[in-house]
Amino acid sequence: MPHEFAIEFRNVSYRLDGSRELLHGLSFGVQRGETLVLLGKSGSGKTTSLKLINNLASPSQGDVLVDGRSTREWDVIRLRRMIGYVIQEVGLFPHFTVERNIALVPKIENWPSQRIAQRVRELLSLVGLEPKLAMRYPRELSGGQKQRVGVARALAADPPILLMDEPFGALDPITRAEMQKEFASLQKRLNKTVVFVTHDLREALLLATRIALMEDGRLMAIQTPQEFLKSEEPFTRAYVAAFGSDLRS
Amino acid sequence: MNLWQFMMQNRLEVVELTLEHLWLVGISTLISVVIGVPLGILITRWPALNKPILGGANVIQTIPSLALFGFLLPAPWFGERADRMAIFALTLYALLPLIQNTYAGIKGVDPAVVEAGRGMGMTDRQLLFQVQLPLALGVIIAGIRVATVISVGLATIAAAIGAGGLGEYIFRGLAMVSNAVILAGAIPAAILALLADFGFGLLETSLTPKS
Repeated sequence: MPHEFAIEFRNVSYRLDGSRELLHGLSFGVQRGETLVLLGKSGSGKTTSLKLINNLASPSQGDVLVDGRSTREWDVIRLRRMIGYVIQEVGLFPHFTVERNIALVPKIENWPSQRIAQRVRELLSLVGLEPKLAMRYPRELSGGQKQRVGVARALAADPPILLMDEPFGALDPITRAEMQKEFASLQKRLNKTVVFVTHDLREALLLATRIALMEDGRLMAIQTPQEFLKSEEPFTRAYVAAFGSDLRS
Repeated sequence: MNLWQFMMQNRLEVVELTLEHLWLVGISTLISVVIGVPLGILITRWPALNKPILGGANVIQTIPSLALFGFLLPAPWFGERADRMAIFALTLYALLPLIQNTYAGIKGVDPAVVEAGRGMGMTDRQLLFQVQLPLALGVIIAGIRVATVISVGLATIAAAIGAGGLGEYIFRGLAMVSNAVILAGAIPAAILALLADFGFGLLETSLTPKS
């Protein structure tokens, strides 16, 4: 029987080699197919929490469970290959073409080359890029195109979980809004378990199934976008107030 | 006798000494690449080794080359043949630029690229051979370029211990007080250095990934 949560934090603390504690006793679960948005200011511990899921960092205390198994027990390479990872800086390999960038995980998983080529074509159309871009290098793409390739690369081997760390944060406002809408509709079709980090409340309200508000390495509240807007909890209210009163529209 | 006459009369010897010179420089650079690049990679993985290894290579650079050749004379296997001693010494001198540039090249790879690769489940080995080394290649070639150019000059001193090469003419010319003979060694050596610089320069540009 599959575990109830795709991802679960059990009383997780994180300390960076003997220095001060960055995360304090986090406990929450991410349901299959939901988009959980980690919302908070810079330095609130959102990115660190994300990295605990694909074991780019490991908890000092407590356990992070993926598919019911602690990340300490997972083979780290297998774990990461079933988790797509998209970061703000995109991190495309500059010496690879778009095609080879997208094909990265299928290739190291030794898929047959025909299947890889077909998958790359599928993904390009899925993220709204023209097939002719496949042979370009990342330097020949616009910021929005790069991030689309980043999303395609993360989806390449069809991982059940997707981690996104401010993926649209470096884009201009128009491209950003476009990508948010497209991602929202993409997510409806793909039904992945997504953990999405942002400091932008509007983005969180648009994309989230539930919003987890973080502050100073603590989880302040976890609630649906509707609950978030109506909440009487002071931290949530302060966050809503900071973004102005036009959010409900 | 002027330079031109001397070189024409001894053209076979000039060619022979040039080839010897190339041999000394080529073999020593090759060995230093084989040793220096892995050492450079090693110190990106174990920062604790950084200081001892780079420090050691730095100390070697401070030993005057003539003295190093002298130290090697009584050494068992090396002392038997002058070319071995010369190649050993030239290899040591070439290590610093190679270790340093390999280290700098790998450290200079965009951290976001490395993190994306690691986050997608690349193993350390895949990351090294598919991402870090290819992206550091231009910087590593720049290190080989510097090492080679320095080696071409240093190798002339190897003639002092009888290792041959174009330094033969320079030392012979000094003994004979003949500028023509000195130049017969110095000019081809300078040309070799320039050619190496130019050739590796082209390689460096073509292998540096554009961004």
